[in-house]
Amino acid sequence: MKQSITLNKITQLMGFGFLKPITALFTGKPQKEDIVNFLKKIIVPLLSILLFLGVWQGGSKALFNKEANFKIEKALADQGQAAADEIRACIASGEISCQPNTLPSPSQVWTSFKTLLEDHKVISADKLAFKEKTAVMNEKRIAAGKEPITYTGRPSFVDQIFTSLKTVFAGFLLALVIAVPIGVVIGLSTTLRSSFNWLIQIFKPVSPVVWLLLVFMIVKTLTKDSNSDSAFIISFISVGLCSMWATLVNTAMGVSSVDKDYINVAKVLKLGPMQKVFKVILPSSLPLIFTGLRITLSVAWMVLIAIELLAQSPGLGSFVWEEFQNGAIDSNSKIIVAMFIIGIIGFLLDRIMLTIQNMVSFNKNEGV
Amino acid sequence: MKTATINTDTNILSENGIQFPSKVMLDLHNLKKVYPTPKGDYVVLEDLNLQIMKEEFVTIIGHSGCGKTTMLSMIAGLNPISGGNIAVLGNPVKGPGPDRGVIFQAPSLMPWMTALENVLLGVNQVFPHASKKERKDIAKYYLHKVGLDGSFDKKAIALSQGMQQRVGIARAFAIKPKVLLLDEPFGMLDSLTRGELQDILIEIWNKEKITAVMITHDVDEAIFLADRVVMMTSGPRAKIGDILNIDFERPRTRKSVLEHDDYYKYRKHLIEFLEH
Repeated sequence: MKQSITLNKITQLMGFGFLKPITALFTGKPQKEDIVNFLKKIIVPLLSILLFLGVWQGGSKALFNKEANFKIEKALADQGQAAADEIRACIASGEISCQPNTLPSPSQVWTSFKTLLEDHKVISADKLAFKEKTAVMNEKRIAAGKEPITYTGRPSFVDQIFTSLKTVFAGFLLALVIAVPIGVVIGLSTTLRSSFNWLIQIFKPVSPVVWLLLVFMIVKTLTKDSNSDSAFIISFISVGLCSMWATLVNTAMGVSSVDKDYINVAKVLKLGPMQKVFKVILPSSLPLIFTGLRITLSVAWMVLIAIELLAQSPGLGSFVWEEFQNGAIDSNSKIIVAMFIIGIIGFLLDRIMLTIQNMVSFNKNEGV
Repeated sequence: MKTATINTDTNILSENGIQFPSKVMLDLHNLKKVYPTPKGDYVVLEDLNLQIMKEEFVTIIGHSGCGKTTMLSMIAGLNPISGGNIAVLGNPVKGPGPDRGVIFQAPSLMPWMTALENVLLGVNQVFPHASKKERKDIAKYYLHKVGLDGSFDKKAIALSQGMQQRVGIARAFAIKPKVLLLDEPFGMLDSLTRGELQDILIEIWNKEKITAVMITHDVDEAIFLADRVVMMTSGPRAKIGDILNIDFERPRTRKSVLEHDDYYKYRKHLIEFLEH
């Protein structure tokens, strides 16, 4: 019984409240309402997933037929009956070279997902072998004061995911470091708030692409005489600059709208300015600051893909772009795989932030 | 010819007007509060004169919006004075400070702190040279006095309204103010809890004898707690309308007060004032 309580608490805190019906069903005796809850909250959403897959399957089938017919008719008009028959037979046989290129079906996407995982295994094995092979040589090179040889092969899909996560966290930290202190300072002073408001209002709606170009202009010059990884620097700074506005605005709002009662208490007790900020103002604005940080992280993840794509920085964005340029038969389904992975990771990041938010906030609201 | 105004009970003024040490704790002199509005100035308080003695408990009663809270927050230093002056032991009030403890209508605890931390917030400020343990002991003593022995480490948000206000009382007493200002502290509580808290308040007060000024809407509360009940006229331009001395002996119990012959006389006096 006690175990189920803590289990529920954890799922609740994580924002996985929707898992409650399952835990209720498997911990302790299931009640009638538990079963109804289970049907309502688990079975019905599962049905909706099936429906989604069905619509997707039907849609991709229709698009496939349209594309196939177009191909056959084109061959008929250009080269005559014989060519058309050949293409029809080729499509029916499942020959890869003549498949129409369109929205992939769920099963194709699943196959691509497995291919990508296989690919990852192959590449990491390759990498490991390379490392072993060069270990001795690298030691010598380092001893001689030379750069070690590093693996320069193609990154796998999983590597790309981790690169993207690294970029998004760097960008998020940058946003945090810039936006929270500035937000606090701006929130504390009405003068500063009104004097910087124009800047926030004007730069907040600027598109990620433009930020990228701006950062590119500056970083390109700054890193001229160093051989550091400027693509990574450019993309994480752009991500940070695009996404920090939500935190900035929320922090300033949280700090400036602290309950008047708390301020009065601080005044009556004659707290010094530092104590007032750290003991009263910051704790009371933490919920809003974290709301801002949550928005920032999800915006960061969203713009990251576009920025990677443009900055030629490795990661999921460039993976998607390369696959699109590649135009191989399974490129489309790999793009869809990336789409799902991006969505799922975005969702998980949001949940992590929600968990932290719930832990630090004094008023525990279940997030949406 | 110069004449010295001598009042045996309150102020002793010399010929040149210098105030000698006296029993007066709090002196409001020709106090005025004006709020500028687009239609011209709105005068909330005017020519308000009131002297409150050391170790006196004064309750203030009056209609809603007459300016009671304005007056109290001016004493606390949270609201600027438009005219006249307020002095605590002869020193004019220039801003808020821990010599005037305030118990607000809403408990106003920091919800992210525990009960103990809330009380310590003030204690640390007032006794910066005491050791950590001494400060903790002070905070714990007052929390014990308000009956919160088991709740030291509970977060303020986890406490009921009544318990929160108990912490508020402990916080105010723990900083050992010269004057305690109470702005309808029990207004938001149900009548049972209100009675409990009145008892707790008066019990601590009997021990500490801190000069107290309390706003209330409740006639019975005003009589039960006070040495004097100050009645304010309705605004605008509110001032002191009448003052009623409550001559019950201290310490009082609710029962002895209710059974006293003068109780209904006092009550009638107050209600007649409020109904006019």
